[in-house]
Amino acid sequence: MNESKELIIRIGGEGGEGVISAGEFITQAAARAGLHVLTFKTFPAEIRGGYAMYQLRASNDPLTSQGDGFDVMVAFNGEAYEMNKSLLREGTAFVYDGPGGDFEPENLPGVYMYPVPMTKISKGDLGSIRSKNMVALGAVAQLFSIPMERLRETIQRKFQKLGVDVVEMNLKALDMGASYVRSEIKKTDPYALQAKGVNSEDVLILSGNEAVAVGALAAGCRYYAAYPITPATEIANWLARYLPKANGVLLQEEDEIAAIASAIGASYAGAKVMTATSGPGLSLMSELLGLAGMIETPLVVVDVQRAGPSTGMPTKHEQSDLFLAAHGGHGDIPRIVLGAGSVEDCFYLTIKAFNLAEKYQVPVLLLSDTSLGIRTQGIKKPNLNNIQLTNRLTFNGNGHGNGSTHYKRYEMTESGISPMAIPGQAGGAYIATGLEHDEKSDPIYTQAGHSKMTEKRFRKLAHLEEEDFSAISWEGDDPADLGIISWGSTHGSVQEALVRLRSAGYKVAALYPHLLFPVPAIAIERFAARIPSGKILVPEVNFQGQFADLISAHTTVKPIKYPIYGGLPFNPEMIVNKVKEVLKK
Amino acid sequence: MNAQAVASPALKPKDYKSAAHPTWCPGCGDFGVLSALYQAMAQLGLELDKTVVVSGIGCSSRLPFFVKTYGFHGCHGRALPTALGIKVARPDLNVIVTGGDGDGFSIGAGHVPHIARKNVDVTYVVMDNRIYGLTKGQVSPTSHLGFVATTTPYGSLDEPVDPVTFSIVYGATFVARGFSAERNHLADLIVRGVQHKGFSIIDVVSPCPIFNKDDTFDYYKPLVKKIDDSHDPTNKGKALELAMSTSTDGKVPIGVYYEVKTPTLGERLEGLKRANKGSDTLDISAVLDTFKV
Repeated sequence: MNESKELIIRIGGEGGEGVISAGEFITQAAARAGLHVLTFKTFPAEIRGGYAMYQLRASNDPLTSQGDGFDVMVAFNGEAYEMNKSLLREGTAFVYDGPGGDFEPENLPGVYMYPVPMTKISKGDLGSIRSKNMVALGAVAQLFSIPMERLRETIQRKFQKLGVDVVEMNLKALDMGASYVRSEIKKTDPYALQAKGVNSEDVLILSGNEAVAVGALAAGCRYYAAYPITPATEIANWLARYLPKANGVLLQEEDEIAAIASAIGASYAGAKVMTATSGPGLSLMSELLGLAGMIETPLVVVDVQRAGPSTGMPTKHEQSDLFLAAHGGHGDIPRIVLGAGSVEDCFYLTIKAFNLAEKYQVPVLLLSDTSLGIRTQGIKKPNLNNIQLTNRLTFNGNGHGNGSTHYKRYEMTESGISPMAIPGQAGGAYIATGLEHDEKSDPIYTQAGHSKMTEKRFRKLAHLEEEDFSAISWEGDDPADLGIISWGSTHGSVQEALVRLRSAGYKVAALYPHLLFPVPAIAIERFAARIPSGKILVPEVNFQGQFADLISAHTTVKPIKYPIYGGLPFNPEMIVNKVKEVLKK
Repeated sequence: MNAQAVASPALKPKDYKSAAHPTWCPGCGDFGVLSALYQAMAQLGLELDKTVVVSGIGCSSRLPFFVKTYGFHGCHGRALPTALGIKVARPDLNVIVTGGDGDGFSIGAGHVPHIARKNVDVTYVVMDNRIYGLTKGQVSPTSHLGFVATTTPYGSLDEPVDPVTFSIVYGATFVARGFSAERNHLADLIVRGVQHKGFSIIDVVSPCPIFNKDDTFDYYKPLVKKIDDSHDPTNKGKALELAMSTSTDGKVPIGVYYEVKTPTLGERLEGLKRANKGSDTLDISAVLDTFKV
């Protein structure tokens, strides 16, 4: 038997065939059995048909990435086989639909081949092709020691609402798959899930998107402006169910422009607001981002990035909206851009995004990405008592005359932050305007006025890094021969690569900034000081090396770019190999 | 709109006037609309601090600056969704949206049906001058076919839209037309629009004497006729018939074309919250537990 502490199972098939739900059952069962879980998925942009893939990594140790490759491949159809054939290596276990499936694999030397007639059993013996994924699940569970009791529990829980018959039918299919393996297959591979027993901790399994949504609820978001877009829609779907329970409102609007406009309106009226989108939506929102910056209204915009430009590959991974987030929109717009690197980040950084938006009265953009948004992961249940919420500085209503004649909405202060009146407050009336304005928000067109006001708006962020990001996390050797700066979900693969490199004797360190823009120059310079060679690698999933360029522009560091742009995330091995290559030079 | 947001002691029309001088040309129809708005606000007794006037961009969209209430002068074409956010976040506020035909029916046209079908309780007063004035005279979506403007030196090739007709079709629950020169009549329409619970739109004929030499006060005066009591504004078919009559007889009926009572978005949202036992102190920890393995 395999002594390894972890197992990676990949399931592939046609979209709509139950690939994702089969994977989710295994994930739930593994988590219930006390293992750490992290999933990785790809799905087609079309609603039916096309290749869908679900990969689960389960381990006794905490996980930060999807890992390299997989130990077990389960193919529901010929397309899944074709897509993964080149990845089936000596030592891989391959479970596939056969005989009676739509393909016959060639002889793959060294691969453990396990044909299971999934289609035949489901269609023939069970009378419905819909049970194919449960037959496959039973076979996989039997083959790789996925605790059957935990699996049955999760299936029962999932289907109990649909009635006893549905539960029974699914359990029967599960048993058929398992008993086929018991009677017909001789296990020769070494893989088995090393389950500890039963999970006893407060573990939550949720996706990055769900973590953003529940983070928003916890942050006090009570108005969410929605417009559907892959891969961000799940955030709206979740909040649509929960916001009314918190006396909040979610409205689906006619387009992203209406969404951001209404969110700004609601924030002007005093609410904590959010909208989430992906690249194309953020492009449409850029004009209104400038308005939020100009009228100094708190706003949170989440961008779950996908592969662009234009429609690009809507279900594929990329980190290519950083320039848009940092620079999108006309004129000089004060804004904060954050990048989430894990499912936990999605929760905590969403809360932080709200707090920063309130504190500085600026738009805050939180960048997530496809892989992170749809990835599910087991995380420790957040302790809500440790969460502090910030509210905007509001006008106190004292010392002012009637109407709009005395209140200075944009009063020149040392910090640049001015008390904000909320409609309904006596004596606080002002006209929020996208025109350049004076302290009282009256339109102005003077050189001195525009200069002073622009400086005021940017002054708010002058000490952002020291005040709010003093503990940007880094790890590794000090000094080190090479440093890695990573942002977004690339973080996880870098973390894992670092462990491998250091245990192989390399002296390396990594910095994981959550603040992306304004560029956290202090942390980056401090980090660079630990790397005498000056070799600082920035791996990111975009062609231009967007964060590397921002670092070059805003610090003295000249990073080595490591861009990939194929629609998939990094895995740890890629980082390990690249570091070795750079260090050889 | 909410009756509780009423001031005491009674404010006069001039009490709604801000210190800012209107940025409009002499003879602009928008002056009449602004006066009618002050008059209506006084008649309604709207509290200055509980009222927000929202607009986009254009000559008429400068109006919020001339009113002493809260105001929002946002992006071109986005006044309606902005107002939606304000009203939904704060149902206790009176929200009045103002703007022009370019802002509302060209760049912002995509928002009109959705605000209408949501039946958001805001009042939209459009100063329709059939021209882009702030950019010095381009054809607008309400300009007539053949209209000569700077971008249409050989005459417009496009048919105009009719805001009254499409508003009725989109499901607006209060649709009226006013005339800037008929100030008392217009003030009364604004009062009725604000009192109406739901989305009210008032398309106001508000001539631009500088850039539109076709659709002038003199042109309109003989055409404008007040809708008489025989019209039943609750009858959608009749309302549409009246709206479309302009294209046959050339007359411009002013008054309420259509008015119907249906639940507002605010009322529906309240119902949704009640049905979900909406609470200001929702137990987020329990919500997190729904993700427990």
